[in-house]
Amino acid sequence: MAEADIVLHMTGVRKTFGPVVALSNMDLTVRAGRVHTILGENGAGKSTLMKILAGVQLPSAGEITLDGAPFYPVTPQEAAARGLAIVFQELSLCNNLSVAANILATREPTRMGFISDRKVTARARALVHELGLPIDVTAQVGDLSIAQRQLVEIAKGLSHDAKVVIFDEPTSSLSDNEAEILFGIIERLKAHGKAVIYISHRMEEIMRLSDDITVVRDGEYVDTVAREDTTIDALIAMMVGREMAEIYPPRIGDVPDTQATPALRVTGLTQTGAFEDISFEVRQGEILGFFGLIGSGRSEVMNALFGTSMARGTVEIDGEPVTIRSAAEAIEHGIGFVTENRKEQGLVLSHALRPNVSMAALPRFSVRGFVRSRAERREALSEVERLGIRTNSIETVTGTLSGGNQQKVVLAKWLATRPRILILDEPTRGVDVGAKFEIYRIIRQLASEGTAILMVSSELPEVLGLSDRVLIMSEGRVSQTAPRDTLTPERVMTFATGHVQ
Amino acid sequence: MTETAHMTSNRQAYLRTMMRQYAGIVLSLVALCVFFSLTNDRFLSVANFTNIFQQVAVIAITAFGMTWVILLGEIDLSVGSIIAVAGMVGAQIIGLGWGFAPALMLTLAAGAAMGLFNGVMTAKLLLPSFIVTVATMSIFRGLVSLPTGGAPAMNMDPTWIAIGANSFLGVPIIIWVVLVLFVVNHVALAHTTFGRKTYLTGGNREAALYSGINVDAMKIRIFMISGLMAAISGILLSSRLYSAQTNAGMSYELDAIAAAVLGGTSLSGGVGTMVGTLIGALIIGVLNNGMNMLSVPYFYQLIVKGLVILIAVYLDVRSKQRQG
Repeated sequence: MAEADIVLHMTGVRKTFGPVVALSNMDLTVRAGRVHTILGENGAGKSTLMKILAGVQLPSAGEITLDGAPFYPVTPQEAAARGLAIVFQELSLCNNLSVAANILATREPTRMGFISDRKVTARARALVHELGLPIDVTAQVGDLSIAQRQLVEIAKGLSHDAKVVIFDEPTSSLSDNEAEILFGIIERLKAHGKAVIYISHRMEEIMRLSDDITVVRDGEYVDTVAREDTTIDALIAMMVGREMAEIYPPRIGDVPDTQATPALRVTGLTQTGAFEDISFEVRQGEILGFFGLIGSGRSEVMNALFGTSMARGTVEIDGEPVTIRSAAEAIEHGIGFVTENRKEQGLVLSHALRPNVSMAALPRFSVRGFVRSRAERREALSEVERLGIRTNSIETVTGTLSGGNQQKVVLAKWLATRPRILILDEPTRGVDVGAKFEIYRIIRQLASEGTAILMVSSELPEVLGLSDRVLIMSEGRVSQTAPRDTLTPERVMTFATGHVQ
Repeated sequence: MTETAHMTSNRQAYLRTMMRQYAGIVLSLVALCVFFSLTNDRFLSVANFTNIFQQVAVIAITAFGMTWVILLGEIDLSVGSIIAVAGMVGAQIIGLGWGFAPALMLTLAAGAAMGLFNGVMTAKLLLPSFIVTVATMSIFRGLVSLPTGGAPAMNMDPTWIAIGANSFLGVPIIIWVVLVLFVVNHVALAHTTFGRKTYLTGGNREAALYSGINVDAMKIRIFMISGLMAAISGILLSSRLYSAQTNAGMSYELDAIAAAVLGGTSLSGGVGTMVGTLIGALIIGVLNNGMNMLSVPYFYQLIVKGLVILIAVYLDVRSKQRQG
């Protein structure tokens, strides 16, 4: 590889905040026409690295060059002007504006000093079309699903010409279909000679997309390897600093008897416009995987079960028909719901861990309306221990925890209700690999203790790795329910896309 | 998020943060007292502090109610008008000769009813509370004048007057009322599930909903609390004035909001305490009293009060950013 290929070069880059070292001694060489993945657990220093490149923070030490010239951007505008484009993971869109206005934000085409809506729409439409994204640019961002918003984020990041394009966990909220669109875009960027920096937790896509992979751990550079010279296991070992025996822990005990009364039986559940005639059962100790592409209606079904939206059909718990009209009633019936977006529906980020853990089970922690703080504290401490939540204390504000630990707090909150039926909607989204494995272990443990588990996921390996049976949804209907061992990834995708021969 | 975020370490650090939060306003309060006692030798006396407490009672009680509302992420601008309606209801019932107890009960009920109206409008019709209470501020202010056509109504009921004039164990009854209501509100907020649900709902409405908290019921109840507290303030005020004035409580909603915010209650909801609100109300009371004693013209007082609020809130926001 010629030196001339090198677009971005970093040596010995270091960033400290007071006594805290966020990044120490980072080396990175990014070449034109190649995809360079940066891999590391949350807290490993990836985001700090990105912020330095994006002009949000200045490095404390080290050298960075872009096209051979020193590169220390002071503002995001400067970084962009020098040829850096970033697609953010955290959604940075204005929900009250249109897609087009967001894509071209701060660079709106003007006519005599006034923003020309027509030009904005036209230019955004051209860009979205060129990228092959299925989005209507006149739609309000607030009306879009999380996945569609992420696509808008991609269009926004690519709306100006760049030499280096950074993707920060772009697929964490995308279904496989939409991820494919993104991979196509990345291939095209590569073909045009752009350098791509790619950050993701998803091993399968990393192995598929990357040319070079740099592993960081605890703020330190570990190694850079070529994709051909490594394996998923080797990467994980480098990333966590220890060997991972197995990604998906094996089931503990036997698969529950199919003759037993189901803990939950749903028959003909229908919500006009969202899903139709959904029927399934799940037994105590069983993990039923719910797979489907984004928009197939999975989350809507879960919301209907939990009483947060209305649907027709019958729901039976332990053979008894029940009507659930609110979350409170669902909780009373022993249903827990680990929601999809922990920041929006899961946690009160401004509050400490303790009140977050007890919030869905307040009746358990109160006598005659008064909070029993000792019982509450005991529960929070025992959940921290049981789930391995890494926090200094139960009074730590949840907003300051890492994504994986926040997700565990959401789990803790539902475990505190002692659920007999637990719904998990994308339980490992945006969570680092280490925490992912721990969450898998917890799910297994819960099942072995007799909890009936409904696990919604758009990560196929996860669904196939954990479920006893898998229900596949397509366009609001159940297209197949089958035991795990009769399914292959290809078969699942066939059912999910509705292309059944 | 940031990978290097300092964790707010342990419980001790959390307590230290809390103390630091109060330290700011307690220090402001002490500084004001020191300043006024240096400029006026009558300021630092038991008699004057009793006076301050009495003057601050109406604002403090209204602010307790307001604190609940703001904690929930809402606002109640109608409390000033509720104060006036409450005084008028009391005077009219007394005028009918029904006696003290029915008058008291009906006045409190009227306050709760007005709060109920605010709450139902906000929760069930999904209107922003700012708009709802701007409207009811006007509606209630208009209602006050219905019985008398705009004239004040005398209320010379001996028990009613005694609330504002008499003392118990050497301490004015008004101050007892403030202290009792402070304790009740504080305990309810800090130690009951209702208080906890208020914090959670204000912190993240959607997460509260998914955790089985009836968010609509919370809103309605909390607007009722605010209405009730305003009605109690109205009783105290009319008791001190021997009458119900149609312009009573005018712009008190701003003093109540200021007291809550000075005390560290966040307007975005979920953060705040009754202790803070009480201190905030005292700051406003000391400012009013001290400036009156210095014979500062009323319009200068307004300017100073506004500036103090700006500075206090700025310091509060900045200290939070630093911690964040």
